[in-house]
Amino acid sequence: MLRNLGQLVRYRGLIQSLVARELKARYRGSVLGFFWSFINPLLLLLVYTFVFKYVMPPPKGTDPYPLFMFCGLLPWTWFASSLMESSGALISGGNLIKKVLFPAEVLPIVTVTANMVHFFLALPILVVFLIVYKAPLTVGESLWFPVVVAVQYVFTLACALILSSLTVHFRDIKDILANILTLWFFATPIIYSYQAAPAVALRFLNFNPMAHITISYQEILFFEGPFGHWKWLVALGAFSIVFFFFAYWIFDRLRDSFAEEV
Amino acid sequence: MSSEGRAASNDGRPAIDVERASKIYRRYSHRKQFATLKSALLTRSLISNLRPEETFTALSDVTLRVPKGRTLGVIGRNGSGKSTLLKLVAGITKPSTGSVRVDGRVSALIELGAGFHPEISGRENVFINGIMLGLSKREVARRFDEIVEFAELKDFIDAPVKTYSSGMYMRLGFAVAIHVDPDVLLVDEVLAVGDEGFTHKCLDKFADFKRRGKTILLVTHSLGLVERFCDEALWLDAGRIKGSGDPVRIVGAYLTDIEQREEQELAAGDSRARESASLAAVSPDEPASAVLPDNPIESATAPADMFRATEGRWGSREVEITDVTLVGADGQPGHVFQSGERLDVRIHMRAPLPIDDFVVGVGIFNAEGVCCYGTNTGIENLAGERLSGDAAAVFSIDSLDLVEGTYKLDVAVHKQDGYPYDYHRLLHTFRVKSRAKDVGIYRPKHSWHFSGDISFTDPRSPGHD
Repeated sequence: MLRNLGQLVRYRGLIQSLVARELKARYRGSVLGFFWSFINPLLLLLVYTFVFKYVMPPPKGTDPYPLFMFCGLLPWTWFASSLMESSGALISGGNLIKKVLFPAEVLPIVTVTANMVHFFLALPILVVFLIVYKAPLTVGESLWFPVVVAVQYVFTLACALILSSLTVHFRDIKDILANILTLWFFATPIIYSYQAAPAVALRFLNFNPMAHITISYQEILFFEGPFGHWKWLVALGAFSIVFFFFAYWIFDRLRDSFAEEV
Repeated sequence: MSSEGRAASNDGRPAIDVERASKIYRRYSHRKQFATLKSALLTRSLISNLRPEETFTALSDVTLRVPKGRTLGVIGRNGSGKSTLLKLVAGITKPSTGSVRVDGRVSALIELGAGFHPEISGRENVFINGIMLGLSKREVARRFDEIVEFAELKDFIDAPVKTYSSGMYMRLGFAVAIHVDPDVLLVDEVLAVGDEGFTHKCLDKFADFKRRGKTILLVTHSLGLVERFCDEALWLDAGRIKGSGDPVRIVGAYLTDIEQREEQELAAGDSRARESASLAAVSPDEPASAVLPDNPIESATAPADMFRATEGRWGSREVEITDVTLVGADGQPGHVFQSGERLDVRIHMRAPLPIDDFVVGVGIFNAEGVCCYGTNTGIENLAGERLSGDAAAVFSIDSLDLVEGTYKLDVAVHKQDGYPYDYHRLLHTFRVKSRAKDVGIYRPKHSWHFSGDISFTDPRSPGHD
C-alpha cells in the first residue's frame, strides 16, 4: 500500500495533464466556456439570495447574506461535485483501467483536483464580494485560508477514494449519494449560521467534518474577530490524514477487482 | 520447454518471466451481479459477495520465460486465454496464483487509443496518452512530429478526436504506443488497423524493434505472421500451454489440432443429418415427394440439374446403403483431407434380394451447392450384373484437386432408369484443407514458366505448393 502510494508521485505529471484535460474538455463546445466556472456559483447564489431576501427572512447574524452564503457555498460545491463525479470516476474511466497499465486512484484524484481548480477559479468573485461588502479580513486570518483548503482537500480525497472504489461493486451508491449530499448540505451551516443554531443541533454539527470546514471559512472570511475555530480545524486535519490512509487502504484492497468489474 | 532451455543459456534475466501463473475469473450469478449496497448491508454479505464460489479459469499454471530480444507468438483458439496472458504480462490484471515479472518498460498494444478523450484535440491526446504510457512531457514533445507522421494525421492533429474516423483513431493510438519505445512490446491482434500500407509500416516497425533487441509478445490469429516473424511460438488451449518452441512446428501442431476438431464436428454433424434423414425417409410407393416436393428424383446421371441442395434420403431400400466412410491417404476414416491427397469413398451396401439392375453413383457438391463432380457406374459403362447381400463399392480419387472448403457428398444406388433404391443427398460432409489460398472450385495440376526479363523475389508466389 505504501509502495503504491509512493508510486503516485511518479504519476503527478499524468495527474496534472489529466486535470488540465478535464478542465479543457468540460466547457469545450459551450459558448461561454470557462466563464461557466464563474457564472454557475453566481447563479446559485442569486437563487438563494432571492429566497432569503424576498421569500423568507434571512437567518440571524448573516448580514450581508450574499457574502455569508458565498463563503460556505463555494467550498461545498467543490466537495459535493467531487463526490458525485468520483462515484462514477472508475466506471467511466473503465477503458483506461482495463486496457492501460494505469494506477486507478489517479482517476478520483483527478476529479477532486479538477474541482478544486474550479473552486479556485471562482475565488476572484469571492474577493470582489469581500471588497464590495468591506469584509473584516485581516492578514493573520487569511493565512489560515490555505490550511482550510488543504484540510478539505485531504478529507474530500479520502471520501472520493472510498466512494469510487465501492461504487464499482455497488452501482446504486450513485443514487443514494445524491440524497445523502442534500441532507449533508442542510446539516452543514452554509445557508444558516452555526451561531444561530440551537444547542441540540450544535452537538450534531460537531460530528460533521464539513461543518468545521465551513465554519472555518466563515470565521476567516466573514465573521469579525480572531479565528477561534483553529483547534477544531487542526483536529480535523489530523483526522483527515488518518481517514485518508484508511480510505487508501480500502481502495488498495479493492484495486485488483476493478479491471474485472468495471 | 525449449523456451526455458534458451533462457538458461542467456546470461541476463528473462524479459518476461511468468511462473506458474493462473488467472481465475469469478462468475457471478445473476442475482449477485446486481447486488446492491443495501442488500449487502442487510444480509451482511458485503465481504462474502466479493468472494463468489463460481469461478472461471482463464489461465491455469502457465510457466513461460521469454529471454530479452526474442519474439514470442501466442496462438490458440478463441477463448484459450491469449489475451488474459497478455493482460497479466502487461500488469493490467494480477494473477490469481503464481507470479509474473517483466524486466523493463512495457507498452501494450491492446486497445489502441483507450485513453483518448473525444472532446480535445489529437495533439493534446497524444501528450496525455504518451504520459499515460509512461513518457515524460518532454519525451512526448521530442517524439511528437514522428508520431504524427507515423499516424499520417498531419492535417488533422489539431481537430478534436471525436471527429476522427475509426481508422484515424486507431492509427494515432498505435503511433503513440509504438513510440513509447518500450523494452517489452505486447501486441494483441491490432495489425488490422489500417490499409495495407499502414500494416506494412507497422510490421516494419516491429522488425525494427527486433533488430534493436527488444522483446515482443505477439498474440495473433495470423499463423503466417507467427511462422515468419517469431522466434518462438506458444500454443494455448483452454488456458493451458499445449506446446511451445519452434514456430513452424507449433503452428503445424496447432493446425493438426484444428483439423481434428473440425473432424469431430463434421462427424457429429453428419450423424445428425443422417438421423433426421432416416426419420424423413419415405416409403417406396411415394418416393421423395415428401422430401423434395418441387424437385422430382433424378438419378445421379444428371448432376448438373442437381444443384438444388437439400439434404435428405429416399428410395425403395431394395438396396440399402448401410455405411459411407471417407478414407484419406493415411488409410484412416476421416472428414478432413489435404488438397491433392488421395480420397476413397467407401460405400457399403446390402441387398436382401439379388438385384441385376443397379447403378452406384457419387456426386461432390461445394458449400454453395454447386456440383463439382458427379459420376456413376452407368456413365462409366459398367453395367450392373448382380448385387446380393453385403457388398462394397469404393470410389477412389487419386488426387483430391479441390480448393480449400467444405464439401458434401451425394451417394446413391438406383436403377438405370433413375428409380431410387437408396439415395443419400448431401448427407456426408468433408473438408478439404490447403496451405495455398487459391480460389475457385477445382485446382488443376499446374506450374508456372517464365521467359524474358521477369523475376520474382518470393519463391512461393509464382508457383503453388
